[in-house]
Amino acid sequence: MSAVDRSGPVTRALETGVAWALGLFWLAPLAYAIWTAFHPAAYATHFDLLAPLTLENLERAWHAAPFARYFLNTIILVVMIVGAQCVLCTLAAFAFARFEFRGRDLLFALVLIQLMIAPEILAVANYQTVRALGFVDTLFGVALPYLTSAFGIFLLRQAFLGVPKDLEEAARIEGCGTLGVLWRVYVPLARPIYLAYGLVQVSFHWNNFLWPLIITNSVETRPLTVGLSVFASADQGIDWSVITAATIMTSGPLLIGFLLFQRQFVQSFMRAGIR
Amino acid sequence: MVDQPAAGAPLVPPMVAGIEETALMRASVAAAARPASERARRAARRGALAGRSAEAWLLLLPSIVLFATFTHIPIVSTLVDSFYSTPKVNRPAHFIGLSNYEDMFADPIFWKALVNNFIYALGTIPLSVGLALLMALFVNDRLPGRALLRMAYFTPTVLPMIAVANIWLFFYTPSYGLLDQIAAVFGGHATNWLGSQSTALFAIMVVTVWKEAGFFMIFYLAALQQIPPDLKEAAAIEGASRFTFFRRVTWPLLAPVTLFILVNAVINAFRTVDHIFIMTGGGPDNATNVLLFHIYEIGFKFWDQGYATALTMVLLAILGLLALVQFLTAGRKVHYQ
Repeated sequence: MSAVDRSGPVTRALETGVAWALGLFWLAPLAYAIWTAFHPAAYATHFDLLAPLTLENLERAWHAAPFARYFLNTIILVVMIVGAQCVLCTLAAFAFARFEFRGRDLLFALVLIQLMIAPEILAVANYQTVRALGFVDTLFGVALPYLTSAFGIFLLRQAFLGVPKDLEEAARIEGCGTLGVLWRVYVPLARPIYLAYGLVQVSFHWNNFLWPLIITNSVETRPLTVGLSVFASADQGIDWSVITAATIMTSGPLLIGFLLFQRQFVQSFMRAGIR
Repeated sequence: MVDQPAAGAPLVPPMVAGIEETALMRASVAAAARPASERARRAARRGALAGRSAEAWLLLLPSIVLFATFTHIPIVSTLVDSFYSTPKVNRPAHFIGLSNYEDMFADPIFWKALVNNFIYALGTIPLSVGLALLMALFVNDRLPGRALLRMAYFTPTVLPMIAVANIWLFFYTPSYGLLDQIAAVFGGHATNWLGSQSTALFAIMVVTVWKEAGFFMIFYLAALQQIPPDLKEAAAIEGASRFTFFRRVTWPLLAPVTLFILVNAVINAFRTVDHIFIMTGGGPDNATNVLLFHIYEIGFKFWDQGYATALTMVLLAILGLLALVQFLTAGRKVHYQ
């Protein structure tokens, strides 16, 4: 009987083999870069299990460009964007989920347009707007188009729709106003969604490149991604040890965070995608 | 019977809506005990609704302003600007009709970028979605070391595309890169993967698949975990093979997720250009130039923003078409369920 659960050991071994071959291929580029980043340049492209480990490449990369400043810029940017999104998307999602007013459905459809057409697609027009407002080459200018998000509103609206109305009514009878109800009833119940959304957005904005590239042109405003691209293209010769060290360094915090909180990360991405 | 808040003294800032809201609440609580006049109740309700709708607009205001400023108005202004020349220092923008579009149709790089973009989309989407499904099935199947496998597949997703580009640039380096080193073991010779017109776009596509498959895997994995186990048991009793089970049960149940992933994959195919900046700069000889990259070069390197808006319109048309397709198929999906 070729039952589903009892596939033969041969099939199973074959499946395991293919799965792991794919897994190794998936790890290879990153593993190769990590190898190069932590070994002396002499071993950059030649393997020897006994090769000495070193932090020298990281140190050289750190001093070769103002990475400390880039890290600071990225952190400010991510905090600003994700913080603003949590507040603004919460307010808007609540209005869409629990209020009835004329034009609500049309307005919601208009909001969803941003799911398709991200601000960087409209870079030419948005650059002109940011320039007219005087925010070119500022961190605020980089953050501005992303301070609210259709994706966030969509997710939180779904979450809020699932909150029983009785809870809201009880809170109202207890004397809570609209913001009180939102803060005491809806936000706590949607906490897993906030975590999921937050993780996805942190990694998205830590990694965002095109819009910051357009808006920034100085060390004081460049986030890590733009800084890394400038660093890798500017006269490094082809010192792969230092370039890979810089690359690993800039993705390090997210990578370590991911390895430590793998379950939460994966579940967050699942949650953010499915609902 | 119910603990009522002190009349006329709400705890929150006395917004009109707040007061009416408590009034309404008290009215409905009272109604349970003694029937109030129908007309008075309706009037209170109407007043409350008007107040609530004002409140709703207040809650929405900041987001609406931002959406209008950075999404909706720019869409309109991009269309308008595409009929105007690029403003110069001593010569403001003036109406030039379809001139930008005529330039576009005569621009060989535009056509090259458009064709490349479609090749890029058609090449990366089926491959990354197919691999994502395969990965999800592997990881869902309780193979030895599945946690590690899941990590291996998913890790590229958390890396910045710029970092990914650097990593692969190194991976592809002629004769030194891991790829050529492996090739050398099998008697291959040094290949300039990114420097040759025939392989550069393909090499870029591999990077995209590597970065995206693990991301899409997550959505499949979430969907697979929601398939009830009794289905599998029932199929086992019927003696269905694994392949039959997949074709007749799993795949149809995954259809909505597949649609969701496909839409995202198409959007990404026209939106993700970061790695092209690092790996090829659109070269060699525009072999890896795609639409958004071309818009960047025209708009922010040559500062011909009038022409760049016409190019943006093409991108908007493609995404608009996608939205339409999604809208139509989403209707069908509901029908099937």
